[in-house]
Amino acid sequence: MALRTGACVLRYNALRTTARSLFTRTQPESTQNNVKPAEFPGAKAPYVTEMKFLNETSYDPIPIYRVMDNNGAVFESKEEPSIEKDTLIHMYKIMIQLSQMDKILYESQRQGRISFYMTNYGEEGIHVGSAAALSPDDLVFAQYREVGVFLYRGVTVTDIVNQCYGNVEDLGKGRQMPVHYGNKQHNLVTISSPLATQMPQAVGAAYALKRQENNDRCVICYFGDGAASEGDAFSALNFAATLDCPIIFLCRNNGYAISTPTSEQYRGDGIASRGPALGIRTVRVDGTDLLAVYNAVKESREFTVKNNKPVLIEAMSYRVGHHSTSDDSTAYRSIEEIQKWTNDESPIPKFKMYLESKGLWDAELEKSWAKESRDTVLRTMQVAEKKKLPHWKEMLEDVYYEMPSRIQKQMQEMENHLKKYSDKYPLNKFQSD
Amino acid sequence: MASLVTKNTTLLIKLIKNVTNNSKRLSSHFIYYPDNEVPVEGETAKMNMMQAINNAMDITLKNDPTAVLFGEDVGFGGVFRCSLGLQEKYGKDRVFNTPLCEQGIAGFGIGLATAGATAIAEIQFADYIFPAFDQIVNEAAKARYRSGGQFACGALTVRSPCSAVGHGALYHSQSPEAFFAHAPGLRVVVPRGPITAKGLLLSCIREPDPCIFLEPKILYRSANEEVPVGDYTLPLGKAQVLREGDAATLIAWGTQVHVLLEVADMAKEKLGVMCDVIDLQSILPWDEETVCNSVKKTGRCVISHEAPLTSGFGAEIAATVQEQCFLHLEAPVSRVCGWDAPFPHVFEPLYLPDKWRCYQALLDTLHY
Repeated sequence: MALRTGACVLRYNALRTTARSLFTRTQPESTQNNVKPAEFPGAKAPYVTEMKFLNETSYDPIPIYRVMDNNGAVFESKEEPSIEKDTLIHMYKIMIQLSQMDKILYESQRQGRISFYMTNYGEEGIHVGSAAALSPDDLVFAQYREVGVFLYRGVTVTDIVNQCYGNVEDLGKGRQMPVHYGNKQHNLVTISSPLATQMPQAVGAAYALKRQENNDRCVICYFGDGAASEGDAFSALNFAATLDCPIIFLCRNNGYAISTPTSEQYRGDGIASRGPALGIRTVRVDGTDLLAVYNAVKESREFTVKNNKPVLIEAMSYRVGHHSTSDDSTAYRSIEEIQKWTNDESPIPKFKMYLESKGLWDAELEKSWAKESRDTVLRTMQVAEKKKLPHWKEMLEDVYYEMPSRIQKQMQEMENHLKKYSDKYPLNKFQSD
Repeated sequence: MASLVTKNTTLLIKLIKNVTNNSKRLSSHFIYYPDNEVPVEGETAKMNMMQAINNAMDITLKNDPTAVLFGEDVGFGGVFRCSLGLQEKYGKDRVFNTPLCEQGIAGFGIGLATAGATAIAEIQFADYIFPAFDQIVNEAAKARYRSGGQFACGALTVRSPCSAVGHGALYHSQSPEAFFAHAPGLRVVVPRGPITAKGLLLSCIREPDPCIFLEPKILYRSANEEVPVGDYTLPLGKAQVLREGDAATLIAWGTQVHVLLEVADMAKEKLGVMCDVIDLQSILPWDEETVCNSVKKTGRCVISHEAPLTSGFGAEIAATVQEQCFLHLEAPVSRVCGWDAPFPHVFEPLYLPDKWRCYQALLDTLHY
């Protein structure tokens, strides 16, 4: 085994050297020949007389920036962000709250109390690290696995649980499946199920912000490694670059799109390698390292607001949970693999150890906050469960700004039908007039 | 000498014949019936439909500082020249080219509208709108509904040239209105000429629902009218009765309105009967009331559109008419449409529901 690995490394190095020599020879040759660089409209580049193809080994892999090691110790003190103590504690509390909420809502789906759920295990650091580095005014276009951002922004567990139940308090009026949150007050654009559709929209929103007087806001757009294969993803990156938009693209590369591993999703160097190809400033970070995510987003935010240029961040992580409650991931990955990422490379213990090393957290606090956050979810669920579903007429509201006559007629038709067949529908679950 | 003259004359005649044949091939399948009544008082100017659309966008950009206009090749004026001169007037940050990507254009427009800007997106040909279908149908149409009214993208208008042009074939001729008519939340609008184009486009831009504005491209230059130069809007969701009669109701939108106006004239001339001619204008939501009131009066109904027959929007109208006007009908509702084939190149004159096919359908309906 060791031998084979060794051979692999050797072969890899040989390839690398060849590729490098090809690469480095490019420049001197063109100057030697004293030929002016080409001036095609599509490329200003030097001419060469030797044909060279580039492939994925022509470039070094994009490195992964991190601040902490697995024990929460900071590598370089100059990289340690200066975050207020209270904020650090708040950040951690949100991660625990999120994790507790995931656990209970996941189970509640298993018990048939809600119809669907998606957990965020393993990616809590990306949510909280990025949210903390943004201004609350920045507009968020999320995919569906970023509820930690919502919690950090001030969306309550109650709001989230109400959405999952689709009850009368749900801001979305019970129209969407669970986990499709949205909150205008907190600048969180409502989530939809189609993947990557939010990406070109985020770019358009960034363009609108840029045109506002004295703009100091930006847009952050979250997406996954699977969504990055959609046409919308490419269009968004390209539009953002060509139209100079103040936007941060944050890719949560968690290794899986439902069951499809990244090895079957792409062949290049992850998502980050697409950034420079499209003229976008790019960085790759360790998504299990909250401080690294925080630093990357903070610096990206400053850059994008100041320069009206997009930034791409690829946060490497691992989707510890199943894709959703409709998925059992042990069908396509080993329990050992999941264990490794749960135990050794998880954002929550890393950040906890960091806080403990600063004397900001201890076992006692952990225990009491875990209990408190668990109780909050359970208490909220008990209340949410008892609430009525929205009035059935909400089914036909908000399609248009004003209800067209054809929809009015349909509402009337349903009303007449319900009068006759009221016992055939679960009307007692819905709010009445 | 004489023979030379004859030879030259023959050549000349041949040339004229050639030109005539060519122009015949490229000529329209309809006579344009200009609107003679203006919807508002005040100064007018002669404009073709391209100029009227340009004028509506000019008014928008002038009065609404958040408004932006974008799409492929929009910067230099657009391939149909609808945005001509607007970049010079309002700057590159308000009138601009995007990369060549329809789904990107639609998504970008939705985002602009979400963040409070007025977005006018141009899709270069309606035939190329399908990559944007997901953004339009799954995102724009559902934005208000799915957020419980928190977010909406009503400030988005997607403009796109559509329908037959004489030589457009499969991918420069389609009329995709029925695809979008199946997406609650959208407004789908088709003008029939310069006056309606300006008024309806200004309504679409200001309407708090996302709009698909399909512009019959053959009318860009061939349709000329005295258009009010001031600001005016025309109501969305409302059909317009252009001719009144009692023999039958003829329903169309876009270019096809002009075909049916000619058919109504033919019926008057040849048969001595008068027909109601209705321009539906709004495909979604559509004006069921005007249509059904007319059919209740006439008892006969002919619907015509360029798009293929099967699942064309005529099907929805026919179904509604039979439901609402059943006891008034003297004949089955007739649909005269494009055939159920892709839009062909050299067969265009045979593919389109021209005045002869429409006239025959009217005859059949009258004599049922």
